Amino acid sequence: MALSHAPLRRLAPQLVILAAVLLLNLAVFPDFFRVEFQNGRLFGGIIDVLNRGAPTAILAIGMTLVIGTRGIDLSVGAVMAIAGACAAKIVTDGHGWGTALAGALLAGGLCGIWNGVLVAWLRIQPIVATLVLMVAGRGIAQLVTEGTILTFLNEGLIRLGSGTILGLPVPVAIWIALGAAMAWGVRRSALGLLIESIGINAAAARLAGINARGLLVCVYLVSGLCAALAGVIVAADIKGADANNAGLWMELDAILAVVIGGNSLLGGRFSIIASLLGALIIQSVNSAILLSGMPPEFNLVIKAVLILAILVIQSPRIGHWIYILRASGGDPAPGRAPRGGAHAKETAR
Amino acid sequence: MTLKATLLAGAVALAPMAAAADMTIGFSQIGSESGWRAAETTVTRQQAESRGIELKFADAQQKQENQIKALRGFIAQGVDGILLAPVVATGWDDVLEEAKEADIPVILMDRMVDADKSLYLTAVTSDLVHEGRVAGEWLAEEMAGEPCRIVELQGTTGSSPAIDRKTGFEQGIADHDNLEIVRSQTGDFTRAQGKVVMESFLKAEGGENICALYAHNDDMAVGAIQAIKEAGLTPGEDIRIVAIDAVPDAHLAIANGEMNATIELTPNMAGPALDALEAYLASGTEPEKWIQTESRLYTGADDNMAVYEEKKSLGY
Repeated sequence: MALSHAPLRRLAPQLVILAAVLLLNLAVFPDFFRVEFQNGRLFGGIIDVLNRGAPTAILAIGMTLVIGTRGIDLSVGAVMAIAGACAAKIVTDGHGWGTALAGALLAGGLCGIWNGVLVAWLRIQPIVATLVLMVAGRGIAQLVTEGTILTFLNEGLIRLGSGTILGLPVPVAIWIALGAAMAWGVRRSALGLLIESIGINAAAARLAGINARGLLVCVYLVSGLCAALAGVIVAADIKGADANNAGLWMELDAILAVVIGGNSLLGGRFSIIASLLGALIIQSVNSAILLSGMPPEFNLVIKAVLILAILVIQSPRIGHWIYILRASGGDPAPGRAPRGGAHAKETAR
Repeated sequence: MTLKATLLAGAVALAPMAAAADMTIGFSQIGSESGWRAAETTVTRQQAESRGIELKFADAQQKQENQIKALRGFIAQGVDGILLAPVVATGWDDVLEEAKEADIPVILMDRMVDADKSLYLTAVTSDLVHEGRVAGEWLAEEMAGEPCRIVELQGTTGSSPAIDRKTGFEQGIADHDNLEIVRSQTGDFTRAQGKVVMESFLKAEGGENICALYAHNDDMAVGAIQAIKEAGLTPGEDIRIVAIDAVPDAHLAIANGEMNATIELTPNMAGPALDALEAYLASGTEPEKWIQTESRLYTGADDNMAVYEEKKSLGY
């Protein structure tokens, strides 16, 4: 299906911001867009952004669905550590990479189901329910690795993190394929709509005959699986499972990606593609900071200022002002209010 | 601080061991947050065992209150001495005072405290600035006047190892105009960030324009080695690599020719500490207030494979 006019309008703010941040990269590093083919792989600044953005992007896919149900999953960073540790443990015990990947996904899936049951059955608030695993998960991962960085030399597993498919780094292929499949899947079926209905009003959704509990568990399961995949990629990338540091604070980047993607933390309408663009925006900001050569003391300040600017530009009120300015300026009818404004009204009701 | 005096004090480690029968020592360890810390615990146990000392071990799990409790427990049990790896620098005065009143000498390991010097027997630590200086001096000697553009992977911004190792390295290369640090960015002491930041260095400077990498710890260097390989360059040859810590994987990398040098942050703090303690208990010899551990330089000239095999079992 070709991208029709309406989705493009939805994604316009993210695309404009991404373009702006990429131009910032170009300003600090003139060769940013030059892509070379060397050593059997594509090599260049833009490829790095796609590649390094992979874990955040994959997490953002699951996180978008969770946030669509008015939930949040704080445990994804810790689940990454668990999954990476399991994969490394399985290959160092002499099994193949397929088994390792399956084992890691199983571990991630169990974590997801745990979160889902706490939220859907025990009705614990998502932020608290997933906090449990966020805190405990890293300890579990350390138990698996026995406190060391568990290194491995399994070629198959390493390929998941630093191999290439037709010159493209494998993580890039994975997140693009997964993102496209999920975005297509939730929109070509009623699934997306059902998830949104839970986010807008869970009770009404249940009364309308939606299996809200089952769907909630599934959503957290998907988030756990995405986290496991991201964890395997991160471990494979450095050929070792680092339980202390793998996925540390990644949950915040994933949530930020969803928010930059223009999705409301209050649930309801969501767009996976927009979240993926959000993940790319975050990674582009990171890339600009690294390429600029500024002293590291400025890293976090620069990042905070850029992110703040991005969020302010996207805020519903600013969106509304722009709309009013355009309308009063005699601009040919802007159609309807920008999505942010419309959405604010929707949730206020 | 006078380096020579402390080096001399460190040489006490080589003195023959005093026979110490029926000695009991308490050891309050911070926790096991890193591989190095686990190795320190293992070596301390080994040192005590080889000297026939009974070691009471308490893992504080990163909490000062646990350490204070452990110390009070040791005092109540009337141990002959206490080894303390303090998790934070402040808040030790009371419990150290109690140990002093009970006439139990306390030796600090690996980190210092903000307390009066009379409250502890001595402190055994490495000199982080010195480590950086050794790295810088090694590189200066290695380049022998050739121009060299260096990239630096710093530790966690604002942490004392990052600040001191940076300062030391800059001192080490200060007299050599041919050496220049062209980029310096934090890699947070982790492999993953070391790799990511090295990738950006390679893009921004161009791999052929970088002659050497200085990393504040081995983990970042190991990550960077992978980035260098993926960029189609040969680590260890196209880009010289020097880092600090001497963890087993660094020895392996040097043995494989992918890394050039590492400076050891020895996990054997207990050796010099127990030497000092035994001398003090046997003859009342007051040691220096600071015993600096040796910051040994390992290069390709050493038998890194043997060191790797030896260190692998220490729990890194």
